[in-house]
Amino acid sequence: MTNIRADASSPFHEPTRRETVAAGGVLPVAAGSSSGAAAVPSIRSTAPEMVSVSLTVNGRTHAVVLDTRTTLLDLLREKLDLTGTKKGCDQGQCGACTVIIDGRRVNSCLTFAVMYDGAQVTTIEGLANNGALHPLQQAFIEHDAFQCGYCTPGQICSAVGLIAEGRAKTADDIRELMSGNLCRCGAYTNIIAAIEEVMRRP
Amino acid sequence: MTSYIGTATSRVDGIAKVTGAAKYAAEFNAPGLLYGSIVTSMIAKGRITRIDPSAAVRVEGVIDVLTHENRPPMADDDNAYKDEVAPLGSPFRPLYDDRIAFNGQPIALVVAETSEVARFAASLVRVDCEEEPHVTDVNRDAAVPVKSPTNPFEALFAPPKTRGRPEQALAAAAVRHAGEYYVPIEHHNPMELFAATAMYEADGRLTVYDKTQGVQNVQRHICSAFGIEPEDVRVMSPFMGGGFGVGLRPQFEAVLAVMAARALRRSVRVVLTRPQMYVLGYRPAMTQRIAIGASKRGTLEAITHDAITVTSQHEDFFRQETGWSGLLYTCANASYAHKLAKLDLPTPCDMRCPSAATGVYALECAMDELAVALRLDPLELRLRCYSERDQNNDRPFGSKALRECYRQGAEAFGWNKRNPEPRSMRDGGDLVGWGMATGVWDAFQAPITVRIVLSANGHAEVACATSDIGTGTYTIMAQVAADMLGLPLENISIKLGDSSLPQSPVEGGSWIAVSVCNAIATTAGAVRDELLRLAKQVPGSPLANIAPGEVALADGMLVGKGDPSRSVSIADAMRHGAVDRIEQEKTTSPADDPARAHNTHAATFAEVKVDDELGVIRVTRVVSAVAAGRILNTKTASSQILGSVVWGIGMALHEETLIDHRLGRVTNANIAEYHVPVNADINDIKVIFVEEPDDSNPLGVKGVGEIGIVGVAAAIANAVYHATGRRVRDLPITLDKLRL
Repeated sequence: MTNIRADASSPFHEPTRRETVAAGGVLPVAAGSSSGAAAVPSIRSTAPEMVSVSLTVNGRTHAVVLDTRTTLLDLLREKLDLTGTKKGCDQGQCGACTVIIDGRRVNSCLTFAVMYDGAQVTTIEGLANNGALHPLQQAFIEHDAFQCGYCTPGQICSAVGLIAEGRAKTADDIRELMSGNLCRCGAYTNIIAAIEEVMRRP
Repeated sequence: MTSYIGTATSRVDGIAKVTGAAKYAAEFNAPGLLYGSIVTSMIAKGRITRIDPSAAVRVEGVIDVLTHENRPPMADDDNAYKDEVAPLGSPFRPLYDDRIAFNGQPIALVVAETSEVARFAASLVRVDCEEEPHVTDVNRDAAVPVKSPTNPFEALFAPPKTRGRPEQALAAAAVRHAGEYYVPIEHHNPMELFAATAMYEADGRLTVYDKTQGVQNVQRHICSAFGIEPEDVRVMSPFMGGGFGVGLRPQFEAVLAVMAARALRRSVRVVLTRPQMYVLGYRPAMTQRIAIGASKRGTLEAITHDAITVTSQHEDFFRQETGWSGLLYTCANASYAHKLAKLDLPTPCDMRCPSAATGVYALECAMDELAVALRLDPLELRLRCYSERDQNNDRPFGSKALRECYRQGAEAFGWNKRNPEPRSMRDGGDLVGWGMATGVWDAFQAPITVRIVLSANGHAEVACATSDIGTGTYTIMAQVAADMLGLPLENISIKLGDSSLPQSPVEGGSWIAVSVCNAIATTAGAVRDELLRLAKQVPGSPLANIAPGEVALADGMLVGKGDPSRSVSIADAMRHGAVDRIEQEKTTSPADDPARAHNTHAATFAEVKVDDELGVIRVTRVVSAVAAGRILNTKTASSQILGSVVWGIGMALHEETLIDHRLGRVTNANIAEYHVPVNADINDIKVIFVEEPDDSNPLGVKGVGEIGIVGVAAAIANAVYHATGRRVRDLPITLDKLRL
């Protein structure tokens, strides 16, 4: 007879959240707002720790009270009904969740929402301007730079960030700097064509 | 009048996809929605002796923990779980009993008010197991021949009959090559996580948004597993974030979401984690032995192809991997054999171009090795063996423009500049290799039903329960409907991915484009006939004596084909007929045509550059020339071939699922350690569609979802040999195997 704890692929096995806070301080807001800073084991049966966060998404400010464990991705998808940002792996491997935070492209699944109190977030829903598509959105359609469409919002947000960074000069540069965004349909050549077209516009 | 068929029309769902408006299975909301998190087994085989959910249940926000001990009733016979494409055997049933059949098997579902709480609580479920010895590694001696087919579906996958005397012919052949080739387990890894949102409605009915390639297949599965009436469950999948075959069979996320919704009378969403998706199905690992005997002139005397593929203990999944070898080239003597290695793993499933992607990989590498033995150009060898007949079934092809694929592909690639000597071509510090291979796949058509509702204002709704898994089905359906109804594209609306719509098979095997588009043409013909009946009632109708075959729909009018001045507008015809809409629903089946073989073909040419010191391999150029009948949309079809080539590159150089056989568990169950091609891996890919008139169906369509991958891995493997002089016969070709 073996005795095995089941595997739920949970990030909350060990160490406990409180130990993580103590060790690395990756959850500053959570630490600051904790009420009953009791002994470690109690985490297993107590209520979620809730915090207030205010952040601006696509120009609109949202004040929310949320579980400290909520990723920015889940905040967008589950609480703000902004499902354009996609969850492809939930562990920072695919880039489908890419959003733009304060001008930088970020994997929103690797980001706790509480880390971005006061931040400006742009998602795929915020790129079109009064119904006019962003040039990258238009170019993705023209070049058929997607098939299933699931990685597309992340690809486009990543490309917006890439162009803003100004580091990519050649198609090879774009290929390298877009390699954090997987496309299983294999639309890479068309993605490059779409980004190149927009990047080369005056 | 614009014609849309055959043009590079942009996707009609493009705006929805680039703005984030397209909604996938986990993106539909309901009041009070609950979240399910799956607990999985950590042993490969055995029995659950105890599940203790008490710690999980104590977490605030947890509603319930479902296990085999407290789940709602489910059917107890295998037939209730058999789906449209189920193989022989006993389908997996989630949370059915205490048996564990594979590592990573779902064994409990924690349901909570938020996903964070559900996931945390799932980590607290305590499970005791009695472990039994498991086997996940192939033992060749234990492999058993595939069973004889018991129905026409299974018969598709049985190895063809032996012809001639292959063993004798092989022994007598002037030149022989024999080799063993290996393809590992590969996983589909579509970008969207598998998910189902089961909406529980006030009257107990369910609407289930599921990630699937077949909404009606899932709906029937749920109804029979839980004993629910068909009208009480509707399954929807308007968009699917990639399928590639893993969404053909109903998967357990849908069963679990429905189970929880029925148990709790609440709406429930279940989203798998990426690691959990590694038990949904996979391309079975395959060991193949091919022997070819040839004359000195380069004609084939004999070919034998034996394969062992893996399957689960509970189902016999296999496809017809070996028969392609005797189909592709003229060869009087051929034999095939296929054995199964039954392992303590989940059942494999179809994965992009199942059977041909792997079987033809081995054949096309073997042909390259034969060309080397014959000192013959690999393309010239294939031309000398070119087959005008399907010798497996002794019949001609409906159409086969493979010769033209070779010609156009070779010309675009510059094949005639190839120096045949390995290691003879260089680019700076890189060894350059050029390889080629042939591809072949079936052109299937399946019965399907389409409904068209034409309104007096010249708008039409076209409906079918099929899926668009990213292939462009929405777009080609709109194009064909617009042409057949004589309306602008923007006047067509497409409804699909809804089990309440007219019948469709699962979306796979490259059969949907040909099936649904011909059905649209048939149904549009019925709409036209009804309009003509009404138009003839118009006083002094210019179409009074015209036969249905002599009129067409164009620019919102019924027009005489021979005399365009004879016309009646759709609006006038309907007004005089006192109707404001015409609705027609027709089922279209393939023509009965067993006397001809129906296949698509391709020729792939690949260039690799291999770092002479490090062995790093890059695929720098690929040309894929495809003969697949009439191409409905050159833009979306080209994307399918591009994507297939990317898959072929992954298969050749990157993809491999690794199992720790001591644990029977996948060790790289994520997309950082399971390598799929990234943007930087992909360079220049050129797609050519060769003209191929075909009269097998009215539109002359064959489908392009699979053909593009076949031969790509072989072309790359052959190019690696040409570059380095190293023949690697087990995929993926990683730099450690090159040993430069």
